[in-house]
Amino acid sequence: MSNAALTARSLTSEHRRRRRIVNWLMEGLATLSALAAVALLVIVVGSVAKRGAGALDLDFFTKNPSFLGFGQGGSGIANAIVGTFIIVGLAILMALPVGILAAIYLNEFAPRRIASAVTVAFDVLNGVPAIVIGIFVFVFIVAGHGQAGVKGAFALAILMLPLVTRSTQEVLALVPNAMREASLALGAPRWRTTLNVVLPMAVGGIITGATLATARVAGETAPLLFTSSLAGNTVSWNPTEPLASIPMFIFTSAEQADPALQEKAWGAALVLITFVLVASIIARAFGLRSRRRLTGGR
Amino acid sequence: MQYVSTPMTESAEPHIEIDPSKVGAERPSSREVARETVFQIQSLSAYYGKAAAIQDVSFDIYGKTVTAIIGPSGCGKSTFIRCLNRMNDVIPSFRSDGKILFHDVDLQGKDVDPVSVRRRIGMVFQRPNPFPKSVFDNVAYGLRILGMKDNLGDRVEHALKRAALWEEVSDRLKDSALALSGGQQQRLCIARAIAIEPDVILLDEPASALDPIATASIEDLMHELKEDYTIVIVTHNMQQAARVANMTAFFSISGGEDGSRHGVLVEYDDTEKIFTNPSEKRTEDYVTGRFG
Repeated sequence: MSNAALTARSLTSEHRRRRRIVNWLMEGLATLSALAAVALLVIVVGSVAKRGAGALDLDFFTKNPSFLGFGQGGSGIANAIVGTFIIVGLAILMALPVGILAAIYLNEFAPRRIASAVTVAFDVLNGVPAIVIGIFVFVFIVAGHGQAGVKGAFALAILMLPLVTRSTQEVLALVPNAMREASLALGAPRWRTTLNVVLPMAVGGIITGATLATARVAGETAPLLFTSSLAGNTVSWNPTEPLASIPMFIFTSAEQADPALQEKAWGAALVLITFVLVASIIARAFGLRSRRRLTGGR
Repeated sequence: MQYVSTPMTESAEPHIEIDPSKVGAERPSSREVARETVFQIQSLSAYYGKAAAIQDVSFDIYGKTVTAIIGPSGCGKSTFIRCLNRMNDVIPSFRSDGKILFHDVDLQGKDVDPVSVRRRIGMVFQRPNPFPKSVFDNVAYGLRILGMKDNLGDRVEHALKRAALWEEVSDRLKDSALALSGGQQQRLCIARAIAIEPDVILLDEPASALDPIATASIEDLMHELKEDYTIVIVTHNMQQAARVANMTAFFSISGGEDGSRHGVLVEYDDTEKIFTNPSEKRTEDYVTGRFG
């Protein structure tokens, strides 16, 4: 068929109509899928907010829970907020330096073959279920020695590590090679190039990844079940003893017969979701800043 | 402030232009007036993995002259110039044979530190690549790394003046370098390179991403800089080579028996001779536009 004939055919109204319908159909399906995802989020957050909002008052944040007595159960989750704060904070302190340094090694220094092998290892670690990490930590450092907040933090750090490493690797890969070459050509050693050129350009993205990883593990329950679940009902700042945490509070309170405690569980869930949401927004802001930096700043 | 651009003395070697009427005129060759031989390249071959990019290249590069490397795409011009400051070291599959003597020191020697090589042999790349830092910090970067922190402000100003950029940026040193135009960015990269006082400046197609006006300003700059520096410039623009270079090396592509293709040095001579009376047929075909 000649080109002209082809052109003529594609211009006929019949073809145009078909194309328009297919286009309309695909666009509709894609839009619906996107809406479904948003709807799910709205339903989850909405139902949690609806059930949990009633529990939120000043006492909820400042008082400790009480599991005693029907009808008077639970007044607050102060100890769980403090505990989660400490456990997650320690997990960040453990996972962030190791994760970032590992990513720097893999992206800036490692021979390609080693880098890809280690990267696969991190991906596998990322896929290990949280409960398996929990059991692992339990077997090696909890069983026989007792639970502790810091051990829970260690379990969370293992979960965070691949997230931090992989996201940092991705950001480092975005830094143009021209920047590294520019620095090397000025007689800068590799490590100075990494420290003074690559990292400053990537820092926003690294913070984004770290924040998302933090938000992700802050809600983990399974690892804490084995490592930091036997906490008292009072605020403790001591990470060498088991610490309460928001996920553990939700887990135990939701099982209680007392409707007041169940409401507190919903309230705690709402606090957790809010925390994740705020963290994600912060992460996005840093991510945007970083991208602007990487793409020319204008 | 004491830093005034080095006075424009009469060039030791006259600026060579293509002018067929002057062929054979009494004019000293760059080889004869050259003060010293800076690079001696001896049977240099470079490979990426198993494929040779350039093979058996030998020639000398003289001090305080502009040497142009010309040739068609894929003839290994960039590979070659990146050998001169060991920039290829960062490419994992790269390997080379032969010798490059820099002031009689083998650059590829085991005890030679590529970092100190690059400190003395600066490089400007094809696309302007300023850091996403301020104009000042870009020029000061190398100085800070190398510990040349005394009179930092003066050194930066001096480098910017040498790169003919001071007038345009003196009131916006704190602004991001990325806000400068392409031509300004490239001159900033030149300023950054000369701030650390290298002996040699390598330019890898420095004007290929620039408009004609910015290109002209870069070329003017080269005429000034060759007073103090040995300059090697890769260019695919023959007019540019003819305008700025004292010596020109013409690279081309040769096919091996196994069908592989690699770059070779075809001819190296005074720029004037290369463009008006080349010894090799391949050079003549290229400079007259019959090939490439």
